Amino acid sequence: MAATPEAAVSETAVSETAVPHAAVSTDPAPSLAAPRREAAVVLENLGKRFGSGAPVLEDVNATIGQGEFVALLGASGCGKSTLLNIIAGLEEPSSGALEVPSDGAAFMFQDSALFPWISARGNVELALKLRGVGRAERRTRAMELLELVHLAEAADKRPHELSGGMRQRVSLARALAQDRPLLLMDEPFAALDAITRDLLHDELERIWKETGRTIVFVTHNVREAVRLGQRVLLLSSRPGRVVAQWEVSEEHRTNAGKAGELTGAITTRLREEIRRHA
Amino acid sequence: MPETVTAPVLKQGSPDDFRQLEAGLDSLQSETTAKHGVDWTRVLLPLAAFLVILVAWQVYVSLGFRRRDIVPGPLDVIGSLSTLWGEGSVQQAVWTSLQRGLVGFLISVAVATPLGLLLAQVKLLRRAFGPLISGLQVLPSVAWVPAAILWFGLTDGTAYFVVLMGAIPSMVNGLIAGVDQIPPQYRRVGQVLGASRLEMALQIVLPAALPGYVAGLKQGWAFSWRSLMAAEIITVGGTMGFGLGSLLDQGRTLSDMSVVFSAILLILFVGIIVELLVFAPIEKRLLRGRGLLSGSTR
Repeated sequence: MAATPEAAVSETAVSETAVPHAAVSTDPAPSLAAPRREAAVVLENLGKRFGSGAPVLEDVNATIGQGEFVALLGASGCGKSTLLNIIAGLEEPSSGALEVPSDGAAFMFQDSALFPWISARGNVELALKLRGVGRAERRTRAMELLELVHLAEAADKRPHELSGGMRQRVSLARALAQDRPLLLMDEPFAALDAITRDLLHDELERIWKETGRTIVFVTHNVREAVRLGQRVLLLSSRPGRVVAQWEVSEEHRTNAGKAGELTGAITTRLREEIRRHA
Repeated sequence: MPETVTAPVLKQGSPDDFRQLEAGLDSLQSETTAKHGVDWTRVLLPLAAFLVILVAWQVYVSLGFRRRDIVPGPLDVIGSLSTLWGEGSVQQAVWTSLQRGLVGFLISVAVATPLGLLLAQVKLLRRAFGPLISGLQVLPSVAWVPAAILWFGLTDGTAYFVVLMGAIPSMVNGLIAGVDQIPPQYRRVGQVLGASRLEMALQIVLPAALPGYVAGLKQGWAFSWRSLMAAEIITVGGTMGFGLGSLLDQGRTLSDMSVVFSAILLILFVGIIVELLVFAPIEKRLLRGRGLLSGSTR
């Protein structure tokens, strides 16, 4: 089994200037000391505008360590998806610099975006094929990945025969098939019902621990961010920039009081950001 | 200022509980697909409709409004068909035409597929040649018959040329329309998965556009079959074999309405049989495999 993220080697401490706008006073857990690991993604004064319109992103600074699970939180229209697309290399930033793994990132979309003409296994196999994995190995590897998301029995089903949650799990298996250390997730559970979503949180956490990926998880759901992230970054709206961050400990996921406190604090801060636009 | 916050999400349950919960949800949420048996209404209903038309036709003819040699009844046509069958001309005509149609169709597919993909994927080419291809689809391919006769003489070349000019533009257009209707998400996924341009075209764009492509092939077949008949009616003699169009023309020269009707019905039947045995099953499979069949009248 792959090393857990905690076991990642830490050489360079990431400077706390990564979040210059952090509102320290309002944070209940204002741990600005960034995790001590090698950085997987570094964003420096990143800006993005489309055409001559108002900037979507402005002066975004963040450092994401290897093996870290970061939740990127923000209201609608804060450029979360744009930021993710830039990290994935699907879009170019207008200004600033970014450092991402040279072999790109795996991406998971809000809708599963599975190809309807092939089975669940076919979808995973296609990702392996486009990566250059040989035919013989593809099948075994695809079955391993489907086993990982507990869908080995549904391997031969077409996407339309699967439920929304199962489709997202296949989509996760496909993203893992890309075998990139960085996994970007764009509100992957937003369209699911509450029961399924809770379940997939457990599932995703387990898979993250088993595979040791770096995950950037975009969401507009505070509870989801606290449930999943080791760190929550809050993005302001129009223009989007990182304005605050919180460390989330294991206790925040098991102790209702602690979790409620943190969720409340983040929600307050998020609403403050939204009110500024009233 | 106090903020109301809904309860946070907490981790709960053992991995085993979790596995069971997940399995339960999976079976609750996935639809159970019933196995389909042979649906006899598919065979019986068209047959019944055919019989109704036949009876109506016979009744009309029996009322005697028109001379029998100008408007023959179904019984006259059946009689003429069996005579032609006895002479072997039905078999010969159907075989000749079908063979030509099939070869022409296959050549058209081989030409139209790469052409359509190229036009759909390369903006410059599409802008340049798109209108021409659409225009060619509007041009009736019979219009090429005189030119083809001058170029190729009374040979099979003329028939094939006319078939290709009829089928290729509609196949190309079908493929382009199919590609245009691909959800943009698929291409993004392909990009994220690291597909090259060629891989994108063959592994993602072509399969995604398959329903539109097959619709284009079907239309292409219809166009090539029509064009072939027109070419055969006009181009008689030389090394042109004896096809269904030739049979029709023979009926005309002999002023034998029963032969003319026999030829028309044979042309129609070949069309129906190709649709029922080739295209309908392919389309149905394609749509069912993508979950697009539920609620349709197919």
